[in-house]
Amino acid sequence: MPDLRNFTLNFGPQHPAAHGVLRLVLEMEGEVVRRADPHIGLLHRGTEKLAESKPFNHSIGYMDRLDYVSMMCNEHAYVLAIERLLGIVPPIRAQYIRVMFDEITRILNHLLWLGSHGLDIGAMTLFLYCFREREDLMDCYEAVSGARMHATYYRPGGVYRDLPQRMPQYQPPADPKVHRSTRELERMNANRQGSLLDFIEDFCNRFPALVDEYETLLTDNRIWKQRTVGIAVVPPERALALGFTGPMLRGSGIPWDLRRKQPYEVYDQMEFDIPVGTEGDCYDRYLVRVEEMRQSNRIIKQCVDWLKANPGPVMLADHKVTPPGREAVKQDMEALIHSFKLFSEGYSVPEGETYAAVEAPKGEFGIYLISDGANKPFRVKIRPPAFVHLAAMDEMVRGHMLADVVAVMGTMDIVFGEVDR
Amino acid sequence: MSEQPESAPPSPLQYALQERLLAHHPDVQLGQDQTACPILTCPPAQLVDVSLVLRDDQELHFEQLVDLCGVDYMAYGQSEWVTHQATDSGFSRGVRRAITMAGEVPTTPVVAAAPRWPRRFAVVLHLLSVRHNWRVRVRSFLDDDAFPVAPSLTSVYPCSDWFEREAFDLYGICFQGHDDLRRILTDYGFIGHPFRKDFPLSGYVEVRYDPDKERVVYQPVTIEPRTTVARVIRPVDHGGPEGAGS
Repeated sequence: MPDLRNFTLNFGPQHPAAHGVLRLVLEMEGEVVRRADPHIGLLHRGTEKLAESKPFNHSIGYMDRLDYVSMMCNEHAYVLAIERLLGIVPPIRAQYIRVMFDEITRILNHLLWLGSHGLDIGAMTLFLYCFREREDLMDCYEAVSGARMHATYYRPGGVYRDLPQRMPQYQPPADPKVHRSTRELERMNANRQGSLLDFIEDFCNRFPALVDEYETLLTDNRIWKQRTVGIAVVPPERALALGFTGPMLRGSGIPWDLRRKQPYEVYDQMEFDIPVGTEGDCYDRYLVRVEEMRQSNRIIKQCVDWLKANPGPVMLADHKVTPPGREAVKQDMEALIHSFKLFSEGYSVPEGETYAAVEAPKGEFGIYLISDGANKPFRVKIRPPAFVHLAAMDEMVRGHMLADVVAVMGTMDIVFGEVDR
Repeated sequence: MSEQPESAPPSPLQYALQERLLAHHPDVQLGQDQTACPILTCPPAQLVDVSLVLRDDQELHFEQLVDLCGVDYMAYGQSEWVTHQATDSGFSRGVRRAITMAGEVPTTPVVAAAPRWPRRFAVVLHLLSVRHNWRVRVRSFLDDDAFPVAPSLTSVYPCSDWFEREAFDLYGICFQGHDDLRRILTDYGFIGHPFRKDFPLSGYVEVRYDPDKERVVYQPVTIEPRTTVARVIRPVDHGGPEGAGS
């Protein structure tokens, strides 16, 4: 009889499968995990404290950097909280733009999740496929905000600017050593001839076939199923008790979606289905997220149709909260004063508190905002979905093999920007 | 005792809270926030009881804890801008900090405003009922400002585990009955509770690599905290009604 003993394994914080800076202390019995103790906080930047020291608008950009693969959804929750305290409602066109970009963000997030989850458990090809489509969506971000990731596009009272009429195109390379034929350039610019909305529409038409392509690689793949079916099963009651939200909760069979149950902006006008799982294992959560991409695509299409037909303002004209614009500042004394006060001091938000939650790609992303009537928030509490999911790590991996830890980490869709804040 | 709004009739949620909870817990108060979300204010000693009722009562059925956080109400509602005696020198002109940082000698006597809240620290819970599609907020002010203690809710809501560790780490709120109350977000060996209002934004220590000792060392922080935009409180209708209604 050999002498067997448990040993403790350190996993991360620098590990390609750790999705950032997760450090896991695993107690192993042979190949089997007996206890997992995640150590987080290596990316803690004190976002909430920083937000307390700045006027409200200065923190919108910090929200992008929380869950840095679903940027605009984070902004959305923060902006929504401010709007509720101010008692303002953005113009209808801005609401449609927000919904459209929320869904673009959802696809962006799920593509990254699918790619890296696949890569973690052995499906290399998928990663490249997913990043190909992410590129197009990143271009949409860039076209509206000028930044590919950290957009700071949503503002209290609307969105920063209207959708551009011209989609930016690829230019011939400036470096003469790089060769790119005219034909190649034309091919790359083929769907960039019209406006941003035309480009998004073209994407929407292409995307369902591309999701089929991902599914041919994984859904019936024997190895994929062996790695995910029956791994980390969470029954519905337990999922609720553990505070799961989003695809993690729906994977366990509970049809809870804030977009449907507590609709914000114009989600009540949208037609979409809520996929749910039956078993609550990693495979179900995979199926749920893939179907969510198809549903997001449907929503984007509806928004594109509406936005094409209905021009209008995208920002409130209340210049206590929104800037009056450069031209007005040059013409009008009042506008100049508003602009100066807004950018130097900001606006004061009436005393009170609110909790605003959105259905972010990872689950419920909430902002609990307390204002004492000042131009800076008194307290901003960010409720990140992945923080709660990661807390269930110990329970989910117990009794599984070491290799399954990576599958569980993938299925949670963790991003450390928001876990650590 | 409750603070119902004068005009609106009670919503089904308010009615259920009234019937099922407040009737048996006279110390719990019901209010609501700007977006009509009910707020229950409850003494810390009853927090576990109240959350058990909220979770298990079939009419209420708040089966999920969405969020738990600490709040530090120090210097609530205090403006930092003293415009009438603003100097024309220095970077932070016109700014008078409302808070004396922990361990700091107060430079200017700060006139404390009458406190709006009964205690300095509070624990705030957000609960969600998936069955009824309701949300409620529970707030509990903690008795001792110097050593805030709250009961742990891990036995009621398992997911409060990490939230409580976070509130302990950032605010120094001790959760009685939590069996693993370690720091969670700050560094190993961190001293202090950084989200308290009297903890400076730039902290006390900084880390750098020391080429002589050939290792990373901690040293007192070398940057000076500065205020770029003063904290200023304006009345709701400040600047006239023009433009205020969009």
